[in-house]
Amino acid sequence: MHRTSVPLLWRRFKHHYRLLGNHCKTCKTDYYPPREICPTCRRKGVLEEKEFEKKGTIQTYSIIYAGPVGFDKQTPYAVALIKLDNGPVLVSQIVDAPFDQVKIGAKVTAVFRKIYEDGKEGIIHYGLKWKVV
Amino acid sequence: MDNSKFRVAVIGIGLTKFGEHWEKGLRNLAIEAGVNAVTDAKIEGKEIDAMYIGNMASGRLTGQEHLGALVADQIGMNIPATRVEAACASGGLALRQGLLSILSGQHNVVLVGGAEKMTDMSVDQVTTTLMGAADEEWEGFQGLTFPGLYALMARRHMHDYGTRREHLAMISVKNHEHASMNPIAQFQNKITVDQVLKSTMVADPLTLLDCSPVSDGAAALILCREDIAKKYTDNPVYIVGSGQASDTLALAQRKSLTRLDATIMASRAAYKQAGVAPKDINVVEVHDCFTIAELMAVEDLGFAEKGKGGKFIEEGNTKLGGKIPFNTSGGLKACGHPVGATGIKQACEVVMQLRGEAGARQVKGAEIGMTHNVGGSGATAVVHVFKK
Ligand SMILES: [Zn+2]
Repeated sequence: MHRTSVPLLWRRFKHHYRLLGNHCKTCKTDYYPPREICPTCRRKGVLEEKEFEKKGTIQTYSIIYAGPVGFDKQTPYAVALIKLDNGPVLVSQIVDAPFDQVKIGAKVTAVFRKIYEDGKEGIIHYGLKWKVV
Repeated sequence: MDNSKFRVAVIGIGLTKFGEHWEKGLRNLAIEAGVNAVTDAKIEGKEIDAMYIGNMASGRLTGQEHLGALVADQIGMNIPATRVEAACASGGLALRQGLLSILSGQHNVVLVGGAEKMTDMSVDQVTTTLMGAADEEWEGFQGLTFPGLYALMARRHMHDYGTRREHLAMISVKNHEHASMNPIAQFQNKITVDQVLKSTMVADPLTLLDCSPVSDGAAALILCREDIAKKYTDNPVYIVGSGQASDTLALAQRKSLTRLDATIMASRAAYKQAGVAPKDINVVEVHDCFTIAELMAVEDLGFAEKGKGGKFIEEGNTKLGGKIPFNTSGGLKACGHPVGATGIKQACEVVMQLRGEAGARQVKGAEIGMTHNVGGSGATAVVHVFKK
């Protein structure tokens, strides 16, 4: 599968391990994941890297019971859209909490975790998941 | 698009049964639908100038790419044949490309089709493949699924507007009811709200019976210039409005989680071009890949105010016999969702309704119909308006 590629994973490390996105100096908009051009300013936009604080609030959530390949052993797991305190909205898993603590408006913070494995021999993918504080 | 010069007519429709076709492959299905459309249009194959084939993922699902040439090969023709891909909106976009090719003056008669063969794969492989319609790199990596994305929208809609799971379940019940009158539908059994609510949870708050199934199937239409339509048929149906719009691939980057802006933009463009408003529409096929998607379509297409979709559905307005019947075919939920075929099947259903050939599920006196086809979690929407 496409996700077994080593360079594919390697080029995403800094965005998956840290909350490294970017920021348009022209219109003051934050992006995570980082964008190649600012969709608002386009050629007039000036983008610079920006690391966001690992704190946010749940905007909406779901509990996944039927997972895709690579995640089937983790089910059920919670996913949420998280509005970062000083950044944009991102999507991630919520861990370390009973599902009834996963609520709209709950405050969350990031933890470093295994995301999934590519079978027995494959690469183990790491990245950020979030816990309720 | 300037259609002041002439309009485009639908002169033929063709469908396969939707469901699990263990004995048929992609090419068998595509040809069956195409032959049915050619037969219905009473044209000779050699009169077709070009073909556009909607398909999302044949490479991942069957190993076969290059579908344009495949279909041309199977019918022994050397005409231009092009595959069109926009995830679950591939069929709707194939229709639009065919329409534009006629409006451009390049072609007179065009076959537009859609096909998908999904049941050769396991469910988790299909789930993974369908995530290619979303932002694979950022949403798929986190273990998001398609039901999961729509569940995120459903949860927020419930939170903001008091929409209940029962409202969503009513959509599924209604679509099964409609499908029970459609001989090509995958599920022709009736279900209850209670069954939907107690069905296996897939992505909370959506259960298995809130989700469209994995299906095989194909559909095709024959389009031609308005001025030659009467040569083939006494009851052509005209395409009078077409709109298409795009939005962010990733749900997290949308302006709102409770509406699809692409649907709003595409429908407003189609209404404007057709010179009609929601109140003029008699029958509509919408993209109910999940029940919440139909509820949002009720609102985003302008049939109910934002947040009032649940109430509108509860009042029975979207049932056959109601103010504006939604998904008389059974929708994606009960008629089935062979992804690339869906947008074309929607058009076939609306044409049947406007011709008065929809049998037990006929909307009496239907004169204006609409189709609404969505790709991904709302990154593409395409809307067409049809008139007798
Ligand atoms: Zn900018």
